[in-house]
Amino acid sequence: MLFKRIIPCLDVNGGRVVKGVNFVGLRDAGDPVEIAARYNAQGADELTFLDITATSDARDLLLHQIEAVASQVFIPLTVGGGVRTVDDVRRLLNAGADKVSFNSAAVANPQVIADASAKYGAQCIVVAIDAKRRADGEGWEVYTHGGRKATGLDAAQWAVRMAQAGAGEILLTSMDRDGTKIGFDLALTRAVSDAVSVPVIASGGVGSLDHLAAGFLEGHADAVLAASIFHYGEYTVGQAKQYLAARGIAMRPDLAL
Amino acid sequence: MKRVAVVDYGMGNLRSVSQAVAHVAAGSEFDVVVTSDPAVVRAADRVVLPGQGAMPDCMRELRESGLQEAVLQAAASKPLFGVCVGMQMLLDHSTEGHVDGLGLIPGQVQRFELDGQLQPDGSRYKVPHMGWNAVWQGRDARGALHPLWAQVPDGAAFYFVHSFYAAPQDGSHSAGETEYGVRFASAVARDNLFATQFHPEKSADAGLMLYRNFLHWSP
Repeated sequence: MLFKRIIPCLDVNGGRVVKGVNFVGLRDAGDPVEIAARYNAQGADELTFLDITATSDARDLLLHQIEAVASQVFIPLTVGGGVRTVDDVRRLLNAGADKVSFNSAAVANPQVIADASAKYGAQCIVVAIDAKRRADGEGWEVYTHGGRKATGLDAAQWAVRMAQAGAGEILLTSMDRDGTKIGFDLALTRAVSDAVSVPVIASGGVGSLDHLAAGFLEGHADAVLAASIFHYGEYTVGQAKQYLAARGIAMRPDLAL
Repeated sequence: MKRVAVVDYGMGNLRSVSQAVAHVAAGSEFDVVVTSDPAVVRAADRVVLPGQGAMPDCMRELRESGLQEAVLQAAASKPLFGVCVGMQMLLDHSTEGHVDGLGLIPGQVQRFELDGQLQPDGSRYKVPHMGWNAVWQGRDARGALHPLWAQVPDGAAFYFVHSFYAAPQDGSHSAGETEYGVRFASAVARDNLFATQFHPEKSADAGLMLYRNFLHWSP
């Protein structure tokens, strides 16, 4: 059977891995290449790099770092942040990314998802959705531009539309929970996971191993993404996998080769 | 120095395949080149045939690049490792676009039909089959494991991304099997050919071990 995945996330700003709370207040966590190598050694199932500033300068820096990581790390690598065009996909894949994640550009121009998917295949096109619970409690709204711009779109409906357009995976982040360490927004995760036919990666709010388990068991996620619990050494990926396996979640076994 | 040629017929990015093979070849007698030159493929000692995207596109590009003859010659004479669509192309035919393959391993390539079925944990099957799954190693008619599985534990997980899978006619050509709604051939082998549906270059230590074994394989 297909194993559930644990994906450490590297938010990269100016060449360094950082982590904020509710998308602000960044704290340094170290060098991306070193951190990526550490998670590869710990048994991470994939890695995600998000260029959170995504200026053109940062993008070129990131391309070099992706090349450096890709030569050392033999697990799938997703890259996102500031991806706008089909040509951006080409550049990132050529630098060593296996999947490329769109966010704001998908909202501004949904056709780019269909075009990128037709050209490179759905398996390498991820749509990232940053969602926030509506003030009236009725569902979740999609935000873009690093959480600064409300779109009026409903998160679950948007995910369905993106999967139909050709996204092979949805990376779903709860803005309310990001960096808070109080757990995923499980209702959001489940609403989106149950609505789409492509895998959903739950993101935002992990503070304990139990939160990861809940993402799978209650949120119906196919993969969980976490940053701070791994960056600052609270847990290794291996400890997380052991804990989840003991909770009956199918984890890729470690190999001692 | 001996040479491994990674065949570049214009279907996508071969960087991860070539880097993984180069990683295990470091310090060995092999160098690794990515090439679109048929003469380099003919002169190589070992050949890796990657493939991504749709099989009709891969077959067309392989033919139009002028590399198909060199690949067929390699398949007749030296160790060849097919990856993903590079595996599917070894078979006779695919229902994807109803295209013929290279006809090196008898059988068909077909799509997962998993609508309405549930996984053991109660969730729906999603297609493409994407992520890590276990590979159960097959034995040949004499009961021997294929040498490329040396030091790889039975049931080790590998990384998959695909919607179509190979169904070899002759069960002895199935070198590894994986369950995803159906039990399918996730690795095939015949004589000097070995190929995997999964991506060894994205499968951490288990995948690197397969490539390392490929370098030392004397079929």
